Amino acid sequence: MAVRYGVADGTSVADVHEPIALRGGVTATFLPAGHVLGSAQILLEHAGERVIVTGDYKRSPDPTCLPFAVTPCDLFITEATFGLPVFNHPPIGHEIAKLLDARRANPDRCVLVGAYALGKAQRIIAELRVAGWHEPIYLHGAMETMCRLYESLGVPLGDVRPVAGVAKADLAGAIVICPPSALNDRWSRRLPDPLTAMASGWMRIRQRVRQRGVELPLVISDHADWHELTTTIAEVNPAETWITHGREDALLRWCELHQRKARALALTGYEDEDD
Amino acid sequence: MERFAALLDSLLLTPLRNGKLQLIAGYLRATPDPDRGWALAALTSAVDFAPIKAGTVRALMANRVDPVLWALSRDFVGDTAETASLLWPEPEPAANEPPPTLGGVVTVLSQATRATAPAVLASLLDRLDTPGRYALIKFATGALRIGISARLAKVAFAQAFAVPVDEVEEYWHGQQPPYSGLFAWATGTAPPPRTDLLPLFRPFMLAHPLEDEAINLADYAAEWKWDGIRVQLVHVGGETRVYSRGGDEISASFPEIAGALQVPAVLDGELLVRGNAQGGETGGAASFNALQQRLGRKAVSKTMLAESPAFVRLYDLLILDGEDLRELPWSQRRARLEDLVPQLDAARFDLSQTIPAKDMSALAEIRARARDAAIEGVMLKHRQSPYVAGRRAGLWYKWKREPLLIDCVLMYAQRGSGKRSSFYSDFTFGCWNGNPDAGGELLPVGKAYFGFTDEELRFLDRHVRQHTVAKFGPVRETDKSLVFEVAFDSVHLSKRHKSGLAMRFPRIHRIRDDKPAHEADRLEALRALVT
Repeated sequence: MAVRYGVADGTSVADVHEPIALRGGVTATFLPAGHVLGSAQILLEHAGERVIVTGDYKRSPDPTCLPFAVTPCDLFITEATFGLPVFNHPPIGHEIAKLLDARRANPDRCVLVGAYALGKAQRIIAELRVAGWHEPIYLHGAMETMCRLYESLGVPLGDVRPVAGVAKADLAGAIVICPPSALNDRWSRRLPDPLTAMASGWMRIRQRVRQRGVELPLVISDHADWHELTTTIAEVNPAETWITHGREDALLRWCELHQRKARALALTGYEDEDD
Repeated sequence: MERFAALLDSLLLTPLRNGKLQLIAGYLRATPDPDRGWALAALTSAVDFAPIKAGTVRALMANRVDPVLWALSRDFVGDTAETASLLWPEPEPAANEPPPTLGGVVTVLSQATRATAPAVLASLLDRLDTPGRYALIKFATGALRIGISARLAKVAFAQAFAVPVDEVEEYWHGQQPPYSGLFAWATGTAPPPRTDLLPLFRPFMLAHPLEDEAINLADYAAEWKWDGIRVQLVHVGGETRVYSRGGDEISASFPEIAGALQVPAVLDGELLVRGNAQGGETGGAASFNALQQRLGRKAVSKTMLAESPAFVRLYDLLILDGEDLRELPWSQRRARLEDLVPQLDAARFDLSQTIPAKDMSALAEIRARARDAAIEGVMLKHRQSPYVAGRRAGLWYKWKREPLLIDCVLMYAQRGSGKRSSFYSDFTFGCWNGNPDAGGELLPVGKAYFGFTDEELRFLDRHVRQHTVAKFGPVRETDKSLVFEVAFDSVHLSKRHKSGLAMRFPRIHRIRDDKPAHEADRLEALRALVT
């Protein structure tokens, strides 16, 4: 948090699963959310009543962070970024294989992957290593700090290097990771005819891929897809569910169809296109 | 089917025309008959399985997905086929049959009846993965809508087999999917298909919009650009057919035209309706609005024939008595046409007159004065130009009348579909009925969904989201604070609209975020422009 948002006064480091006493007899406990390294749900308890605010979360396995902890509660406040039944994220291994296939088929080009700098980029690097890719992976400047932080916190990323200063010709056949905003930016002109890929849950929808203007859509998200959202509500089995951050309507409808008490917390705001 | 599905997906992700051409050409070379012919039919919108409609797909989905979840998903995705492909329940692996070929799909679908169509389609969907299901639904419902024109597909065909595209266009219209005769000719295993004995459509010659080109009027003939529908009349072996711009036969809607041509010829002209209704002069041509009443009718009533009789104003002569004139310069074809017109039924055919003007500035003045409702602008045709299919640089130009402009207020917005599925891109706008400072209200006067740049679209989308006061399904009502300058070609009286007015070709010309809404135009201003 400090790296991303700066250090604020009066902050302290919290451990997961360690209850913290707040005023008025309320205790708060951070529980792993499986979204990115260090992401947490917050469990609030008061007089035997339990509320969980999930924040962003996912259920599919991620080598860079602790898995989501399913915890019983009375009120479950869930995110719904991908809260539509059309969102079904495939296993990440499948998408990583697509990336490696595209690289192999285009030996004179480099594959430029647009990925959110916090979490997504590191997860892709870690999964590339799992898939047996041990060559150097090149990073846009905006990725470096966060990757170094991940490594210092015990997430090995293998040979990652800044792309700055590397000769164009040496990048043919390489994998380069950058923030989504840099994909079609002037910055990418330094690369040898980059094949642009975008890693995002939105890449499930063709027109979103077209709007991004990328050649290789990779459906990789750190948010729960429809199946994960609905399974999680069923497993947590709260007395009441509040739905926020995203497409509340469809998840609300699902709760109604499954006789679950639910309401939408309609917070305004633009959806995050980089998720 | 997987190959066709992969082709569709790559076409969607390939923005450049050359890239698309290569993809299609590569597919046509590598794929066997009849699959490639059916794919070509799909790309040129020539596939139609009558019992299978978008409604068939919706009905199938209604049995499998909650209607509310379907509607929310469809609204987000912006495409019925894609939504269905994503929501279709994955079949049991045990039941997996191999995916069907495109030819196999055709065999099965062409035997389907309205009663069996849902089950037939469902069993095919069960054999495909998500991209395959998308491709199948697009194929079966006959509407690809992936931004590939029939022309582009024909150019790709020509490239694939290194044959001239004009010949492809010429032979195309006698052929039926899966075009085995065309492929046999293109691959060199058969002579070209014959076209002279059939009443076939010949591809139209089209015009470029005139922009900054310097035109020497000595080289060009000027003609009015009439605002009807462009038609081709083909008379062969005692039979006459009337074709529209896209090559669709519309003879049944205009029996008086089809019945009146007795000369073995192929003619190019503008179909118009006679009358002084809605702005036309007596005995002359009425506005497009009057013609519209006649379009798309399978049967034409006697009243309609009497009240809105159609005629064709002739532009060109392509073939006469079996002699193909298309290679001749325009001036020679024109002379032959002028000789022919007096032999035709004068009630049904007349000649599109040329406009005498000594130079372009004189022509500009004549064009600016033309306020006839049936005139859209001026055409410029090179006197040496042969009659060639499509648009060729330097031969024909269209020089449209300057558009009319009016300031309107944004009232409602709806999300677009396809490329714009996540954007509010269909805008309904209104003018003030009465003085806005004394209780006057806005009345909708039109709808526009083009005319803006991508950047303006993002601005408009953001404006709509931040200024919504009510939602009606997919439609948002805004706080009516934004003014647009709307450009349009003409405006007509209409009983169908509350404002009593209907615009032709409205488009958003400029966003006037500097102008307060109460300064937008009143209905009277628009009514004063009625033709």
